[in-house]
Amino acid sequence: MNANNVLGIIFSNLHEEKVRELTETRTMGSVPFGGRYRLIDFALSNMVNSGINKVGVITKSNYQSLMDHLGSGKAWDLSRKREGLFILPPFSSGGSGYNNRIESLNSITRFLSHSNEKYVFLTDSDYICNIDLNEILASHVKSGADVTLAYRYGHIPQNCAASISYEVDPDGMIRGALVQPKVDGACNYGLPMMLMDRELLMKLVADCVSRNLYDFQRDLIQRNIPNYRFHGYEFTGFISFISSMNDYFESNMALMQPKVRSELFNPNRPIYTKVRDDMPARYGLGSEVSNCLVADGCVIEGAVQNCVLFRGVHIGKNSKVKNCVIMQDSMIRQNCKLDYVIIDKDVTIKDDRSLMGFQSYPVFINKGSIV
Amino acid sequence: MLPKQEVVAMILAGGQGSRLGVLTKKLAKPAVPYGGKYRIIDFPLSNCVNSGIETVGVLTQYQPLELNEYIGSGQPWDLDSMNAGVRVLPPYQRSRKSDWYKGTANAIYQNMPFIERYNPEYVLILSGDHIYKMDYSKMIAYHKEKNADCTIAAFEVPMDEASRFGIMNTREDGSIYQFDEKPKKPKSNKASMGIYVFTWSKLKKYLEADEANSKSGNDFGHDILPAMLEAGERMFAYSFEGYWKDVGTIESLWESNMDLLNPNIPLDLSEDTWKIYSRNPVMPPHYISKDAQVQNSLVAEGANVYGEIDFAVLFSGVYIAPGAVVRDSIIMPGTRIEEGAVVQYAIIAENSVIGKEAVIGQRPEDMHDKDEWGVAVVGSNCTVPPKAVVPPKAMVDAETMAEEAQKK
Repeated sequence: MNANNVLGIIFSNLHEEKVRELTETRTMGSVPFGGRYRLIDFALSNMVNSGINKVGVITKSNYQSLMDHLGSGKAWDLSRKREGLFILPPFSSGGSGYNNRIESLNSITRFLSHSNEKYVFLTDSDYICNIDLNEILASHVKSGADVTLAYRYGHIPQNCAASISYEVDPDGMIRGALVQPKVDGACNYGLPMMLMDRELLMKLVADCVSRNLYDFQRDLIQRNIPNYRFHGYEFTGFISFISSMNDYFESNMALMQPKVRSELFNPNRPIYTKVRDDMPARYGLGSEVSNCLVADGCVIEGAVQNCVLFRGVHIGKNSKVKNCVIMQDSMIRQNCKLDYVIIDKDVTIKDDRSLMGFQSYPVFINKGSIV
Repeated sequence: MLPKQEVVAMILAGGQGSRLGVLTKKLAKPAVPYGGKYRIIDFPLSNCVNSGIETVGVLTQYQPLELNEYIGSGQPWDLDSMNAGVRVLPPYQRSRKSDWYKGTANAIYQNMPFIERYNPEYVLILSGDHIYKMDYSKMIAYHKEKNADCTIAAFEVPMDEASRFGIMNTREDGSIYQFDEKPKKPKSNKASMGIYVFTWSKLKKYLEADEANSKSGNDFGHDILPAMLEAGERMFAYSFEGYWKDVGTIESLWESNMDLLNPNIPLDLSEDTWKIYSRNPVMPPHYISKDAQVQNSLVAEGANVYGEIDFAVLFSGVYIAPGAVVRDSIIMPGTRIEEGAVVQYAIIAENSVIGKEAVIGQRPEDMHDKDEWGVAVVGSNCTVPPKAVVPPKAMVDAETMAEEAQKK
């Protein structure tokens, strides 16, 4: 089965308040991750690898960096004559931009009604995961359900932005849902992935809007469980949510585990991103590197341990850098000492500086700062 | 009729490159991987784009599949524009007088219709086996300023090495009065780089005359240029300064890769104003493990390093197992070096496997007979069995490996 009969919708801006530092100048979807990616690359690549060839990206504000990243969609093979990538900035008919999922879906009614795909797959861009969406589609079709929601069995991740848990019966049908549940122990918590009939989505959105109901989870999902057939798809692979700065740090560090890397960067389902034409990373004389993920364009002359280095990072001589996430084109000059620091793009750390954070509270340095 | 282009560049990419041995057995020389993520042809293509030349013909003949696939639509170099861009030009059959490309000049002659479509003033002839960064627009400006018919880029080599090159003897104003092919007693150190700018109307005449001459070898260096000089056309040498290397041999290919690791050599491929573009692999950043040792190396995305590397160039997707050692070597895309293997002064081509505790190549200082030393080469898709030894200067590939196995 190939998902080319599915329309993809990505919400690029939800839950930005959870990582305020990173989203000050960008959307959630364009938060840099894992040495060369932006968060949206995962949702987009999953769609493309599953055969989806029409994707709408819903944006709200600060989407300049996202537009710059996505461009024509070429890097994801979404620059096409037929279908392709559509960036959907706020469009208000009366109101002033939108504040939530239902409003934003309502404002793209034309986009939805002009599409020909039978199904629509909705997802967010605040997680890291490599998933074959064809399996969700297959289980959706097989179950004969109206809506399929992905879930996972386990403890609800801390800080989870919009937690929801489902009551799933042995046939995989969802019998009930709890929004922001207070549960101890494991439950079937919802993942931000949802597949349904395109026309049904339009109907449910219109119904909510006409009743002035704007809570996606309570009004569109929970309220409709008795009325429609909701099916659950259990995902058991690797997924990591970015719901706090600490999550962001730990998710980057998780890439050091070979198991996580091999699952996330499955060569049969590659994660695509915008290319930059940097030269390969260069290690100088006296460089000491251990347990690091390093992108192209880096120049390393110091000691680096347990770090994720993005494209074009320079580490100067005699600098000791441990447990850091350093984004594009940042320069660490000579004799610096860094430990548990997240450094945004284009930062310069001058000679002899020393910065220390703690594992549960990494220090954050803003984009373009000079220390 | 297409919009007029002032300059059309033609890249000669059809040669077999037999001196690269197993590396070019199934691959055209310009498609040979270089510098961790590039292929040799990225250099002339990127130079063209960076110089503002948007119409490029690539003349292919020998093993063109991978090269054609690599060039594709030309998008990685921005050469996929509407009316210009890069075109791959293989020899083709016509109603009469069809032939393979008989020589460099004949290759251009056969593609005169391609050039004519753009009605250019100048044609730039490039070869597909040099590593250098050059602004061709400056050379073309020089060509115009001198009101020349032909301008040849010259690289000043040390006088004692001049006898290995094609030398141009020039007057004070830069005009050429004599070509000296590998002279015993060189009068000048201006070596031809094989980069030519021709005024198209002139070149056309000489190509036609050369084609009519059945005794001609149809080669630029041997036939066209001497004929033009003899006829008294205005020919000039344009001096180029910077890094330039012909990577037509195993030694020079190895050296040029190693030059990237030397901070004193002026070949910066990441310079913002003169980037070298390439088709990028879709792979995650590379990973250096806890126990790995990495120094003086170039490592591309998608590599996994668990062993020790020093003066190594690792391409995308290379895997270096724990306990493996790679020194002074080039490991091309997708190759695995298994546990305990030692690779020194070697080039290992794509998608090969060097088995556990195999030994490839040797350091010159460890050899008794220094004359026996050379870079060891392992061809693509070749599995070197555990504990096997590939001596220095040796060349093995999948076929020779299979033959060896049969003998045993």
